[in-house]
Amino acid sequence: MRTISGIPASHGIAIGPAYIFDRPEIIIETYSIKDPLNEWKRFEDAREKTHQQLDQAYQMTKDDCGAEAAEIFNAQKLMLEDPELINSIKTRVEKDLINIESALFETAESYATQLETINDEYLSARALDVRDVSSRCLRNLLGITDSPAAGLKKPAVIVAGDLTPSDTVLLNKEFVLGFCTSKGGSTSHTAILARSLGLPAVVGAGADIKLIQNGDDLVVDGDAGILVINPDQDALKEYIKRQTKLLKIQAEVEVLAHQPAVTTDGHRVEVVANIGNIEGVQAALDAGAEGVGLLRTEFLYLERSSLPSEEEQFQSYKKIADAFGDKPVILRTLDVGGDKDIPYIEMPVETNPFLGVRAIRLCLSRPELFKPQLRAALRAGYGNNLKLMFPMVATVDDVKNSRAVLEECRDELRKEGYDVAEKMDIGIMIEIPSAAIMADQLSEVVDFFSIGTNDLSQYTMAADRTNAQVAPIAGGFQPAVFRLIKGVIDAAHANGKWVGLCGEMAGELLAIPILLGFGLDEFSMNPPAIPFAKQLIRSISYEQSQGIAEHALNLKGDREIREYVREAAPEVILSN
Amino acid sequence: MSEVTVIVNHDVGLHARPASVFVQTAAKFSSDIQVTHDETTANAKSILGVLTLGAHKGAEIIIKAEGDDADDALKTLEQLVLDNFGENE
Repeated sequence: MRTISGIPASHGIAIGPAYIFDRPEIIIETYSIKDPLNEWKRFEDAREKTHQQLDQAYQMTKDDCGAEAAEIFNAQKLMLEDPELINSIKTRVEKDLINIESALFETAESYATQLETINDEYLSARALDVRDVSSRCLRNLLGITDSPAAGLKKPAVIVAGDLTPSDTVLLNKEFVLGFCTSKGGSTSHTAILARSLGLPAVVGAGADIKLIQNGDDLVVDGDAGILVINPDQDALKEYIKRQTKLLKIQAEVEVLAHQPAVTTDGHRVEVVANIGNIEGVQAALDAGAEGVGLLRTEFLYLERSSLPSEEEQFQSYKKIADAFGDKPVILRTLDVGGDKDIPYIEMPVETNPFLGVRAIRLCLSRPELFKPQLRAALRAGYGNNLKLMFPMVATVDDVKNSRAVLEECRDELRKEGYDVAEKMDIGIMIEIPSAAIMADQLSEVVDFFSIGTNDLSQYTMAADRTNAQVAPIAGGFQPAVFRLIKGVIDAAHANGKWVGLCGEMAGELLAIPILLGFGLDEFSMNPPAIPFAKQLIRSISYEQSQGIAEHALNLKGDREIREYVREAAPEVILSN
Repeated sequence: MSEVTVIVNHDVGLHARPASVFVQTAAKFSSDIQVTHDETTANAKSILGVLTLGAHKGAEIIIKAEGDDADDALKTLEQLVLDNFGENE
């Protein structure tokens, strides 16, 4: 038995024999030619054939995985017809009189290398496409027809270096149990394909993957990002048990994803999504989200060279808010600071950016940054249920100052004749310990709270969550953080205000019984976690969770709390 | 040689589908067409060239054309970018 860890790329557990997907390297010989015209004719025939294959691949992928996944083959067709690429190849053949295979290989390789050197994940993936289409054309030139995909005749786990779109299109999906690759990240072709097929995958597992032999027993744990080669009896039994449970729960959970989260004794809470762009909307709706608890707006500001205009922001926010109709969508105003580089926003160099001019502090000091966003939000909130939330609030004055700018924007817009949301709920993130401690006063000046546990933990524990040595302190279940959360919820409820939680903790199944017991009103998490969280909430009683929460408050540390919840709420394990 | 300057507003920038549509449209004209972003210039009919420009959302691009149908080409490509590559409803 041997364990290798990689990047978890697609959820679930696969168990089965390994199938080594090994495409023999094409050996390209370079030689001089005498008849360039004939050589070019060979290339045109091979290209013609490649085009037909790509059309077929497009159709097959579209049927298997949808039009979006298939689009890549259209892009590959364009690459093969690229006039710059063709011209370079032509020069090599006609002027230098070298064989077409060598000219094609060299030229494609130089383009691929060029794409790779631009440090951009998207363009690196396109390098793979250039190589994929060129080797397909080379195989046609050399008359190589075998594909390693053809050898897959019974159910197996696919083991590969990295898979190209051409590799995967020919795989008989009926026989694929899961994937593991030595290269690639969570946005690699393999990862995307696995998720669209709903199959477990671990990618980027490194060179150790070469230890796997054809036919080895293999476990792919797509949640933990772990591969187990030839597991012993006990481990295998354990994995089979987990897999069976998971499949059963998955089936149940998906059927019930759109049912509300009501405890067995009738206490209802909201389960909503964290999203970071327009693309997240559909995933959230499909997962059964009852709204958006955190709309991160940074996506509009990143990867560009100038500030997004009010109009552009308005369009984006409106599209998202309208997609949810009367369900709530909570827009968080810009949350950046000295640790994130937005080239067109000049930010001071700070020795301690996490404690510096970030988020609401930055916005309050830069009306030219803040006002277009507030104006866009007020306009977008007309006719739907858009709410606004300010990040990094430390004092009551922060709220008052932010509200003052908001009112100024509202007056301006009215004068300019725009339709503006009549009543827009205003909330704040509770992520600074001072805000948690002063929650009673803060709850008088806002409509709701949303607890950001990631920052609240790091500020409470004085542990930088990006520093690997102390990250476990900031990321764990800390009794101090739980006590702060409890205090915030009690203070808000005393003032008739509701409380949500949008940090990683909301989607952690072991934390849910405790948070539920504290009386948390809204759980906001990444869409894939939603069906599981709902199912867990439906399987326990509010009374039981209150008992668990009370007890957990007096436990002393991360491990103690986790062990206790596992014991006290066995339903947690069932949902995981 | 005439030219136009236009801002790419599509969420993915001049990548993925927008890049494909742009290149396919450019290829319909006989004129030589070039596209420049951030002082890098590429053949507008070359998908690999256009991709390597790295024109993200909000990028300013300059399109230049020379040939019989240059004016028509510029007008069509400018409109394509302004119409968000045909995705504006």
